[in-house]
Amino acid sequence: MESLLNSIDFQYIIGALVKTAIFWIFIMLVVAYMVYAERRVLAVIQNRLGPNRVGWQGLLQPFADLIKFIFKEDIVPLSVNKALYMMAPVIVLVPAMMVLILYPFGPSNVPIPLASTINWVVNWAGSLVGWDIGLNLTTMNLYITNFNVGLLYVFAMTSLGVYGIFIGGWASNSKYSLLGGLRSSAQMISYELSLSLSVIVILLIAGTLDLAKIVEQQSGWGGLRWNIFGGNGHWAMIPAAVIGFIVYLVSAIAETNRIPFDLPEAETELVAGFHTEYSSLKFALFFMAEYVNMTTVSVLATTLFLGGWQGPGVGSLPWLGPVYFLAKVFFFLFLYIWLRGTLPRFRYDQLMSFGWKVLLPTALFNIVFASVLAVLFL
Amino acid sequence: MDLTQIQGVHVLFLAFAALAVVAAFNIILQRNPIYSAIGLIVVLCSLAVLFLMLYAPFIAAIQIIVYAGAIMVLFVFVIMLLNVRAEDAITDRLKYLKFIAPVFFLLLVGQIAFFVSRVQNPPPPAKIPGSVESIAEGMFTSYVVPFEAASVLILMAIVGSMLLAKREKEEDIVRIEQALAEAQAGEPVIEESNEEAHA
Repeated sequence: MESLLNSIDFQYIIGALVKTAIFWIFIMLVVAYMVYAERRVLAVIQNRLGPNRVGWQGLLQPFADLIKFIFKEDIVPLSVNKALYMMAPVIVLVPAMMVLILYPFGPSNVPIPLASTINWVVNWAGSLVGWDIGLNLTTMNLYITNFNVGLLYVFAMTSLGVYGIFIGGWASNSKYSLLGGLRSSAQMISYELSLSLSVIVILLIAGTLDLAKIVEQQSGWGGLRWNIFGGNGHWAMIPAAVIGFIVYLVSAIAETNRIPFDLPEAETELVAGFHTEYSSLKFALFFMAEYVNMTTVSVLATTLFLGGWQGPGVGSLPWLGPVYFLAKVFFFLFLYIWLRGTLPRFRYDQLMSFGWKVLLPTALFNIVFASVLAVLFL
Repeated sequence: MDLTQIQGVHVLFLAFAALAVVAAFNIILQRNPIYSAIGLIVVLCSLAVLFLMLYAPFIAAIQIIVYAGAIMVLFVFVIMLLNVRAEDAITDRLKYLKFIAPVFFLLLVGQIAFFVSRVQNPPPPAKIPGSVESIAEGMFTSYVVPFEAASVLILMAIVGSMLLAKREKEEDIVRIEQALAEAQAGEPVIEESNEEAHA
């Protein structure tokens, strides 16, 4: 078995595990506080106060909610298909989480703060148990990994999430859940097409599917040469990029089942749709998956169209990268809440005809348009 | 096989190959169509991992997006929409398949045996062919005619299915026209109920 151990780069794997753990905890906190922010911002929009009792300004509310979710009675209705009913929340959450490894938080080869201290502590701890670790960290990449079909990987994972939703709807053995599941599957297949087609203009500009490289290419003009401004290519690509951005944004909101496209879980007609029969932690898993997916599409919008971690001054101060990145992502997350406080829900036939008769033709036209521009100017 | 030669890649391959085979058996052994469909999704996903290990990440991603993410969604969609139960499955009509299946099975086994017997040392996987660039280049240069032919074929299938779905039967048209005529003649019942609703 010696060769098995030698064939794996242990330092790489442990580093990746540590980074995954840190990023995972961070994203979980973002999700938890996203729920809090949603309630507070909605309250401001609707002229009320929102949760402000637990902790200062209600800042501990997410933890109170978590504890409530854990200790609530976990009810499994008698007539459900048990195996699938249990599996569904996991099927939704796991693919959503798997996208996390590609989030490009910042540049590569960033100097680690306090690197010498960390090295000394780890090596000292190793020497206590008689193990010579010889850790010598200097720089790190501010993403867990990147590979050359990163964008396709993200789309592949997000397309798997839909199974959990309608398996959950079907296994619940309830009319509302089934309707919610059906609506959601129909909606997600329809809008996934426009979502994938709308980013082709970015592929034409960047010439790669690797998310880290797509961000690196937008470094011109002091970190402001974003893809929506023509990116690495030519300013003449701007109209195609803007159309692509709008189509992306609309289909992303529909893809994550949010208002005004939240037909699968419409409270007033379907009593929360596919997760009507779920309670306690299983419901929390559905809830978390929805917010992780929202974060994912916001990260993609930032990375593909708005320059990711690029911004003025990143070249000399690389730790500004994550700050710009998070600021842009949080803008999109705020947009979700803002829309929820502003827009009414679509009718189901309007949703379908909008997706197939407006958004899809626009996305297809945009591919032709962007290709013509690329041939003329790139 | 020499156990000291085992590497991490072999363990991954065996795990996902085994998963694919088990899920494939699950497809044909389950009575409930929705379990079979889930089995097929698992097969497709584990095959994608195998593609990934053969240095074909593009094929792996497309495998999941197209087969697991789009085609199987439609399958499961139809199963759920029709709400097919295990006991409803009609097998009587397809009885003749019982006699054809063994022939095809033997053919398949012979085919696999033939090719496996010819393989001696599997060559290491090539690093370039799976990349996006090489696939695009091949698709639009050497294989452009088959590629376009396949696109036209698929387009024909789409147009044909649209035509079939849109066509209305004679009796349906007659019934619709009757209903329209009745509505134009002004059925008092409908209008009264409308007024009640408004009031």
